[in-house]
Amino acid sequence: MFAPLLSLMLLGLVLGGLLGVAARLFRVEGNPFQTEVEALFPGSQCGQCGFPGCAPAAEAVITGKAPVTLCPPGGRTLAQALASKLGVTVDLSGIQDKAPGYAYVRENLCIGCTRCFKRCPTDAIMGGPQQIHAVFRDACTGCELCYEVCPTECIEMRPVEPTTLTWYWPKPLEAA
Amino acid sequence: MKLFRIKGGIHPQDRKQLTAGKAIEDLPLPALLHIPLQQHIGSPAAPVVHRGELVRKGQLLAHSQGAISAPVHAPTSGRVMGVGNYPAHHASGLSVPTITLKPDGAERWVPGASPPADPFRLEPAEIATRVAAAGIVGMGGATFPSAVKLNLRTRYTLQTLVVNGAECEPYLTCDDRLMQEQAAEIIDGIRIMAYALGVENVVIGIENNKPAAQSAMQAAAQAYPEIRIARLPARYPMGSEKHLVQTLTGRETPARGLTADIGVVVHNVATAFAVHDALRHGRPLLSRVVTVSGGAIRTPNNLRVLIGTPVSDLLEYCGGYTSTPARLISGGPMMGQPLPGTRVPMVKGSNGILALTCKETGGDTAMPCIRCGSCVNACPCGLVPLEMASFIRSGNLEGAVGFGLLDCIACGSCAYVCPSNIRLVQYFNYARGELTARQRAEHRQTETRRLAEKRSLRIEKQKQARREALARRKSAANNRRAPAGVES
Amino acid sequence: MTEATLFSGPHAHDAISLRRTMLLVILALLPATLFGVYIYGWPALNLLLVTVIACVVAEAACLRLAGKPVAIFLLDGSAALTGLLLAMTLPPWAPWWIGVTGALIAIVLGKQVFGGIGQNLFNPAMVARVALLVAFPLQMTTFVAPRPLSSAGAPDFLQGLTITFGGGFQVDAMSSATTLSYVKTELGRHTPLDAALAPVFNLMQHLAGFIPGSLGETSAVFVLLGGLFLLARRIITWHIPVAMLASLLLLATLLHGLHPDTFPGPLVHLVSGATLLGAFFIATDLVTSPVTARGQLLFGAGCGALVYIIRTWASYPEGVAFAILLMNALTPLIDHYLRPRVYGRDRKGEPLVYDGQREQAE
Repeated sequence: MFAPLLSLMLLGLVLGGLLGVAARLFRVEGNPFQTEVEALFPGSQCGQCGFPGCAPAAEAVITGKAPVTLCPPGGRTLAQALASKLGVTVDLSGIQDKAPGYAYVRENLCIGCTRCFKRCPTDAIMGGPQQIHAVFRDACTGCELCYEVCPTECIEMRPVEPTTLTWYWPKPLEAA
Repeated sequence: MKLFRIKGGIHPQDRKQLTAGKAIEDLPLPALLHIPLQQHIGSPAAPVVHRGELVRKGQLLAHSQGAISAPVHAPTSGRVMGVGNYPAHHASGLSVPTITLKPDGAERWVPGASPPADPFRLEPAEIATRVAAAGIVGMGGATFPSAVKLNLRTRYTLQTLVVNGAECEPYLTCDDRLMQEQAAEIIDGIRIMAYALGVENVVIGIENNKPAAQSAMQAAAQAYPEIRIARLPARYPMGSEKHLVQTLTGRETPARGLTADIGVVVHNVATAFAVHDALRHGRPLLSRVVTVSGGAIRTPNNLRVLIGTPVSDLLEYCGGYTSTPARLISGGPMMGQPLPGTRVPMVKGSNGILALTCKETGGDTAMPCIRCGSCVNACPCGLVPLEMASFIRSGNLEGAVGFGLLDCIACGSCAYVCPSNIRLVQYFNYARGELTARQRAEHRQTETRRLAEKRSLRIEKQKQARREALARRKSAANNRRAPAGVES
Repeated sequence: MTEATLFSGPHAHDAISLRRTMLLVILALLPATLFGVYIYGWPALNLLLVTVIACVVAEAACLRLAGKPVAIFLLDGSAALTGLLLAMTLPPWAPWWIGVTGALIAIVLGKQVFGGIGQNLFNPAMVARVALLVAFPLQMTTFVAPRPLSSAGAPDFLQGLTITFGGGFQVDAMSSATTLSYVKTELGRHTPLDAALAPVFNLMQHLAGFIPGSLGETSAVFVLLGGLFLLARRIITWHIPVAMLASLLLLATLLHGLHPDTFPGPLVHLVSGATLLGAFFIATDLVTSPVTARGQLLFGAGCGALVYIIRTWASYPEGVAFAILLMNALTPLIDHYLRPRVYGRDRKGEPLVYDGQREQAE
């Protein structure tokens, strides 16, 4: 009667003690998780999510203050990646994947007000006061910040067209 | 000569009897030619003509850009109708920059094209330059600029030139007929290439389903003992350059490497013919032989067509369709690409136009994989296609790479034998495209981050400069106030 | 980029399909099946039909439940094949509910819960057989001596119906032991091997098939012919059958050579029990066997060895089902570690390097 009781109690104590020791010995300092999550984000600090940058957005997603679908440029891929990283389920039906686009300044409407290039997070717009502005297409991430602020609405967002060099076969459909 | 076995591979019905006996016919001049600026691997050519300009046959239309590129020439004389976008000879249906030419019917050659001196008196590098200037690219379908391959002599120790006359794809007979009808010219081109590469040994590989071509080439090469004809067993993918070299030398091309790593350079027979044309007659690459075949074509044929001829002209010449084809393919049925329509022009690399019926394409809807392993037995590269497809299906592309995705030559042997009709090659093409797209996206992301950081630094510096300027003004003001207090 | 009608290559296909594969296997089994029906009579046929029909119905029900298209999967013939293989391993005069239960276990538990065709880990027919053996040992170990159709002691059609559906099988009056079970019992009683074998083992009879056993255990010749047919049509490759038979016969020869009185020799093992059926039809099941040649050799060798070990030292006289199930469990492991060598790379996966290869300037 006593032997099983005693042995199981002893076992429980020993194993519990080992777990406690492991919790102290193998504790992980800091939060490397946050850096990993942040690395998933596009990094353009565009602010479309409502947070002042990608790092605060990552933090908000981790603490649960924001859903994983918060980042429009990241689209479905980012939402899925975040969901799997954080171990949450996500309903992707509401997300429309925005086709990648770039900004284009219609030069005959530009008044040189400089509002757009001050906002551009990657300095993709060149120009000066009273001078017509132009967008460096390679540096543009399509975040639409300039588009929102232009007083003459001369900036239009154009879709990035696939070329024969960027096109590839779609995934085959399944039978059942 | 001793031949080695390749692993795997398949033995499809070759269906070459539809066109094997048909001599090459010249297609009559079309009404319009559309010449794309990119018909080769590498950077597209840059146009040098404008709309409305009159050009002569063989005149340069666009010059090559960069180390890996090729120029484009006018296939006939006429007027340039436009330099703009036109549907590409590509499965995507997208448009590419194309020069549209309206032939005037006169076939006036560009003046001053004097045939060069004896090619064997030229420097090997000079031969490569002339080949480059003629716009010659790999005519077996790969369209790699041939001059770059000829210059491999400078970076590798080469022993053998292997000439690829295998033509292992079903239906295609263009190389077969070319070898039968122009054997002497091909041998001449081969000798020029061997001289340019600085190699002593030449082996011409021809499959055993082309006995007439084998004898024609043997007869033409009689006088040159260093050229040998290898009679290859008919097996797909014998024409794949890696496997051709393995059959002939027993050595495998190292992964991510070139055949030049084992001292061999491979060129197609039609490329050799084009080299002969360029070096002996001063003619750039303006036309090619193509097989128009398939169950849905009324009269299958082998045609010599000008580059830029719309596919519809070829189909019309061959009597049009007997029934609506299930697929219209450019190339062979194994590795060929479906064409988006018949407006698209012929390009340097299109060796076949096939209109296939449902019976010929075979295959119904895809069923689940039963892990039968037929694909593993058929794969000539020692990969495990079923595992790769399974990983790709579940989105794990890195896992597929672990099973050899990047070593796949997309020959299609696996999908050919799959009893469940799984579109294996499409999975692999999708995965490779997706991986490249992700790499590009990652690269963009790094660039974006870098630019964003640069911007923050720039703004920091501005603020810092302003603070310093303010501090300086303050201290200057204080200094002035302290002694006399004149300025406020 | 989501055009459903865009087909990438290849645009040609071999004349093989899932249905053709299954039909060819059924065809290969036909001689042995017909022979078995001939020597065991109407009850055997009844059981066969009941099992196959139950399998097909079970598959249709599962597909409907899972919301998958029923017709296309049902017509590929895999359920019928599972039913046939299962019936081949059941005692031919077993009651109908053995067939039905076996069919349900095989299809529902052995195949559909894993996700349908191609997803199961274990051979469904073997899963069912083993489950039945453990749950209903009496019915599953009661065999009869052959009573060929239209011979003296054979039951006629109505009697056959009674036996299969009406429980008219009188165990004591009708049953006989199979060769292996008899030998095992006798060896357990320390009878020398010759004495144990004499009453039950006659090589000619075993080859021809006039022995007690399940439908597939009988005619070695017909099963072998069917197996060779499959090999010729390239449905299976030689690796698994050869490896399995080789390892079994090697072990048998070795131990029989060491102790001729206690261990039956290789021929006994070869023609008794379901050795040949297992080697050519069951172990070679496409879904549950490894995909590479080396893997298949290892798999076959393991099966053969396990068959011998179970037959000799474990408490069951017939070891094929267990052996195959155990090796099925190892198949993913074998597939993971035994991969073919990639063209242009060595066994470790590094690109090949030849002597005299010149370093590139870049």
